[in-house]
Amino acid sequence: MSNDNGVLVKVNNVEKVFRRGSEEIHVLTGLSLEVPSGDFLALMGPSGSGKSTLLNLIGGLDRPTAGSVSIGGERIDQMGDRALAAWRARHVGLVFQFYNLLPVLTAERNVELPLLLTHLSKADRRKHVEAALNVVGLSHRTKHYPRTLSGGEQQRVGIARAIVTDPTILLCDEPTGDLDRKSGDEILSLLQALNREHGKTIVMVTHDPHASGRAKRTVYLDKGRLSSMKPE
Amino acid sequence: MTSPINWISQILCVTAFNLRTLPARKGAAASAAIGIAGVVAVFVGVLSIAEGFRKAMTASGSPDTAIVLRSGSNTEMTSGFSRDETRLIADAPGLARSADGALASAELFVIINLPKRFTGTDANVPLRGLDWTAFDVRKDLKIAQGRRFERGRNEIVVGAGAAREFAGLDIGKKVRVGRNDWEVVGVFTSSGGIAESEIWADATVLQSAYQRGASWQSVYARLTSAEAFQEFKDSLTTNPQLNVKVVRQTDYYAEQSTQMTRLIQTLGYAIAALMGLGAVFGALNTMYSAVSARTREIATLRALGFGAGPVVFSLLIESLALALAGGVAGAAAAYFAFDGFSAATMNWQSFSQVAFAFTVTPRLLIQAIICSMVIGLIGGLFPAIRAARLPISAGLREV
Ligand SMILES: Nc1ncnc2c1ncn2[C@@H]1O[C@H](COP(=O)(O)OP(=O)(O)OP(=O)(O)O)[C@@H](O)[C@H]1O
Ligand SMILES: [Mg+2]
Repeated sequence: MSNDNGVLVKVNNVEKVFRRGSEEIHVLTGLSLEVPSGDFLALMGPSGSGKSTLLNLIGGLDRPTAGSVSIGGERIDQMGDRALAAWRARHVGLVFQFYNLLPVLTAERNVELPLLLTHLSKADRRKHVEAALNVVGLSHRTKHYPRTLSGGEQQRVGIARAIVTDPTILLCDEPTGDLDRKSGDEILSLLQALNREHGKTIVMVTHDPHASGRAKRTVYLDKGRLSSMKPE
Repeated sequence: MTSPINWISQILCVTAFNLRTLPARKGAAASAAIGIAGVVAVFVGVLSIAEGFRKAMTASGSPDTAIVLRSGSNTEMTSGFSRDETRLIADAPGLARSADGALASAELFVIINLPKRFTGTDANVPLRGLDWTAFDVRKDLKIAQGRRFERGRNEIVVGAGAAREFAGLDIGKKVRVGRNDWEVVGVFTSSGGIAESEIWADATVLQSAYQRGASWQSVYARLTSAEAFQEFKDSLTTNPQLNVKVVRQTDYYAEQSTQMTRLIQTLGYAIAALMGLGAVFGALNTMYSAVSARTREIATLRALGFGAGPVVFSLLIESLALALAGGVAGAAAAYFAFDGFSAATMNWQSFSQVAFAFTVTPRLLIQAIICSMVIGLIGGLFPAIRAARLPISAGLREV
């Protein structure tokens, strides 16, 4: 999936403007970013600086106002809605701060969700779900509903759902933001293992220096731009 | 690219999730369904009145029976014949015969006032004067209790509907009308037809009681067959000694019921439309809150790669399912509550009370279900479109 020089994500001179009524909010102003394949990148910055916005652009959940976003050499900013949805299903694994599990589905059904968009048989889907739950260490909780699981366990179900399709890139928006230190550490170790042992490329938004310390490198977002130095 | 099969299976998945969330929202869902059930019940209820009224007006009509009126009159009220004219009519070809002669019954009627059994208020009833031939001219007429009136006596037989609606119309009782007392000697039925709303007496007695002399208003004629109608009609309308109008009984009653049926139907549709509007808002409200409660879930599904189309469709299906449940419940309730319920009302065209039974027809039930589905469709469409148009990134920000 990576092109010649190993760059997986190429965000080039991107602008993002939100309109709220007559007001225009310039969130990203000419931002560029390259993420090599196999990277584990932490994205930090003050609240409201546009971290989630950038992550959404990389994951094809939103389109830039100007500039381009290429993943594995594909221009995703120019895809139509249906093509983009299909692209997300194939290439992106998403992990959310509040897990975003469907409360009416058991852990294994939640993990199975993205596989419903593939042409896998029921038996194959079950195999993939088992494997993913095994990776996150939740093989014993497969029939549990989200509300009966702890926050850390729910986030592990979330990660299993994100990796079950073997996506090109994992995008995590404050994955430990809602967890205590111990559960957060377990999640970070899990992400680290996914990066090291399974070669997953990960971009993780976080507020927590402790979390960013687990990544291979950290970039800071402030006033619409990136820098590799923590701003004053 | 997504294939169509995939699209349909997405709809099924998302619909299944939506329906699973129903138990958590059963209050709102039930109130929307009950609102729709109410609309449907009222819709069916009012229109079953129209159906029942029309049925009562046409039930007694038979295609091989003709009614002869003075030309230019649309109802018996404005018609009039002399004895000679009624004789000429009774001589026409195409008439069925019995041992007593041609089955042509010269009749007159007056409108009298009687108190209603349940309210005590006066209402109009037709008192029809006729000869015994009338019992043979009307095919399905049966004396259910008692006997026929004796010729030349102040006796009446009452239709079953009139007996039900009006006070004092019990066998053996005397009813005072004008300066005369009339004794009730029998009750007749005519398969629920309009005749059941009438009171019958001997024509000659009625003529003298009301100083009508030897005049009649209409001739009811039983034909040898339905096909004999044209011959009968032609011979009368071409007879230079007569100036008449000949209508089939079925057409006559249908004509008489049109205004009333239309009035009730218009009323029914208007009430249903008003209530329907309310139910649309109920459904809209339910679906909007269903959608907003699940904004983040829907955004999550779409973030994972589920399409906006399947989301819209599944929400519509959910709304339609709710509406269908309400519609079926309402239609069933209306059927059990109203079908066969008897009532009487004024027929403005004949200025008299018509007894009838609410009639819930299959067609009415189907209309009602369609009406509930339309409510469900409108109620679900806008929330579904809103859910699909909300940007995913905005949906994910909802907590
Ligand atoms: N869909 C939207 N419509 C309007 N404004 C938006 C939208 N999404 C984000 N914004 C605005 O863009 C700015 C950046 O939002 P974003 O969520 O990317 O910040 P963030 O860095 O992730 O903040 P946090 O650390 O609080 O999550 C904020 O001012 C936010 O209000
Ligand atoms: Mg954020």
